[in-house]
Amino acid sequence: MNTAEETPLLEARNLVKTFSGRSGTRAVNDVSFTVRRGEALGLVGESGSGKSTTARCVAGLLHPDSGQVLIAGQDVTRARGRALRATRRRIQMVFQDPYSSLNPRMTVADLVGEGMYVHGIEPDRVRRRDRTVELLETVGMGSEHLDRYPRSFSGGQRQRIAIARALAVGPDLLICDEPVASLDVSVQAQVLNLFGDLREKLGLSLLFIAHDLAVVHHLCGRVAVMNSGRVVEQGDREQVYTSPRHPYTRALLDAVPVPDPAAERARAAGRGAVHTQNHHEEKR
Amino acid sequence: MSGHPTQGTPLLRIQDLCVSYPTPDGLKEVVRGVDLSVSRGERVALVGESGSGKSVTARSVLRLDSEARTSGRVLIDGQDVLEMNSKEVRRVRGARAGLVFQDPLASLNPVKTVGWQITQPLRIRGMGRREARRRAVDLLGRLGVADPARRFDDYPHQFSGGMRQRVVIAIAVIAEPQVLIADEPTTALDVQVQAQVLELLGELAQEKDMAVLLITHDLGIVAGFAQRVAVMRDGKLVEEGDVDRVYASPRHPYTRALLDAVPRIGDQPGRRLGTAAATADPVSVSPEGEEL
Repeated sequence: MNTAEETPLLEARNLVKTFSGRSGTRAVNDVSFTVRRGEALGLVGESGSGKSTTARCVAGLLHPDSGQVLIAGQDVTRARGRALRATRRRIQMVFQDPYSSLNPRMTVADLVGEGMYVHGIEPDRVRRRDRTVELLETVGMGSEHLDRYPRSFSGGQRQRIAIARALAVGPDLLICDEPVASLDVSVQAQVLNLFGDLREKLGLSLLFIAHDLAVVHHLCGRVAVMNSGRVVEQGDREQVYTSPRHPYTRALLDAVPVPDPAAERARAAGRGAVHTQNHHEEKR
Repeated sequence: MSGHPTQGTPLLRIQDLCVSYPTPDGLKEVVRGVDLSVSRGERVALVGESGSGKSVTARSVLRLDSEARTSGRVLIDGQDVLEMNSKEVRRVRGARAGLVFQDPLASLNPVKTVGWQITQPLRIRGMGRREARRRAVDLLGRLGVADPARRFDDYPHQFSGGMRQRVVIAIAVIAEPQVLIADEPTTALDVQVQAQVLELLGELAQEKDMAVLLITHDLGIVAGFAQRVAVMRDGKLVEEGDVDRVYASPRHPYTRALLDAVPRIGDQPGRRLGTAAATADPVSVSPEGEEL
C-alpha cells in the first residue's frame, strides 16, 4: 500500500522524439520528470523548446523514439489494447485552441458525453446526460447549453467545455497545453480560478504547459524549464522563481513584462547598465 | 478623459472618433466616441481586451479598412486624415505615420526581398537606390540584424519571427515618421525577443522624438513601455492617465478589475484572480465570435 502511494502518478523517463526532415534535430531530448498525485507541474519554455511535443508524447498522441511514460508505475509506451485504454483514461488532455479542438458538428452534450460512452463508463443515454449536466456545472456552465454547438460560445466557454469533456472520464491527471494562451486576461482569470477549484475539489493533478511564467507561478507548485528539447532546470516554485540556477531560466524571468511601472523602470535601468558593461567588454 | 497637460500641440489627435462596420444586420458601431492625443516624444498605450475596439481605432488613424464608416476627426500634425482623398492618405502612411502590426508574416511580401520592402517608403519619395540601400542597411544594423548588408537581399522566409518583426519595424520607421502606430507588435514573439523588440522601439522613438501609440492587451507591456495609458472597453475609453497613477490608483472599476485579473510573479500563488472584467453574460456573444 505504502509503495503504491509513493509511485508517482506520472513519470516520463528519458523521452526522445526526433522529427524527420529537420536533419535529425531532437525536438525532445532526454526529458525526464515526475508528477505526484495532487501535484501541478508547470512545463515552461519558448516556442520550439519541445514542451508541446513532450506533452503529446506523454498523452500518447505521439510515439516517442525512446524513453518511457509510466502512469501509476505502468509503462504505457509498451501497453496495448484494453490495458492501454484503461490507463489512458487516467490522463486527459486540454488543448490551447478551443476553436479547433472541439468538433463543430457535435453538440455540447455529445462532446462532453463522448468519452463516457467510448470508455463504457455511462452506457445509459439518460444517465449520461445527467452526468453531463453535472460536469457542466463543475466548470461553471448551465444545462441550457446542452444542445448548442461550439460556434455559439466564446473562447473561454469553449475552454470550459473542453475541460468538462476531459473530466468526463474521471482522469487523475489533466495535461493542459497552453489552455489560457488565447484567452483575454479577464477570461484567463476565470479559467485559472477554475483549474484551482478543480484541483481542490477533485484532487486533480496537472501537467501544465505554458509560455507565460506568471501563469505557471500562479498555478504550479513545481516547474520544469525547457530549452531546445531539454529540461534545463526543474524544482519547486520558490526555488525556480526566486533563485533560478540555470542562466536560461534567469534570462526568461528577466524578460517577463511586469504590470508595475516602477518595477519596469528599475529593470530597464538595470538592463541598460548590463548593456553598457557588455559594450565595454566587447571593446576591450 | 482629457485633462492631461500635453506639451504643445499633439502630433496625433483623435477627436470623437466613431467607427462602424456594415454587417448583415446593419451597421455595427465598434468605436463610439474616442478622444486621444499623443504628443511629440510621447509614448501612449491603448489597452483593452478583444472586441474593445482598440485595433479598429488604430487602423482608422490611417484609414486601413475601406469598409469602415468613420466620423469624428483624426488629426496628424493638424491635418484631418478622415478628410483626405486616398492619394493624400497614401502620402501620410509611411512618411508621417508608420505602422507595425502583430503578424510580421502577414505584413511582409513573401516574394520581395526585405531590402526592397524596407527601401520602398524612401524610393516612393524619390530617393536614389544606393542612398536608400545605405540607409536601410544602417537601420537593419541598428535594429540588431547581424550582417545587414548580406541580409538585405534575403527574403522574409529566411528570417526568424523576431528578425521579421525587426524588418517590419524598419519599414515603419525608415522614412522617419513623426507618428508611429504599433498594433500588438510583439504578441507573436517569445518573451525574450519581445523584450528586445520593445526596447528597440522605445530607443528609436526617443531618438527620433516620435509620437508612439502602442495597442496592446498586455498590462505588463504597457507598464514597461508607455508614459500614458488609455483603457478601452466596448468602443469607449473608460480611463486615461499617467501609467503610474493608473496602476497605483485606477479610478474606473473596469481598470481595477483588469489589473486584478493578471497573475503576477511574486503574488500569493493560487490567489483568487479577479473576474469582474469579464463580460457579465458571455453567452450573448454573437455566434460568429466576438472580435470584428
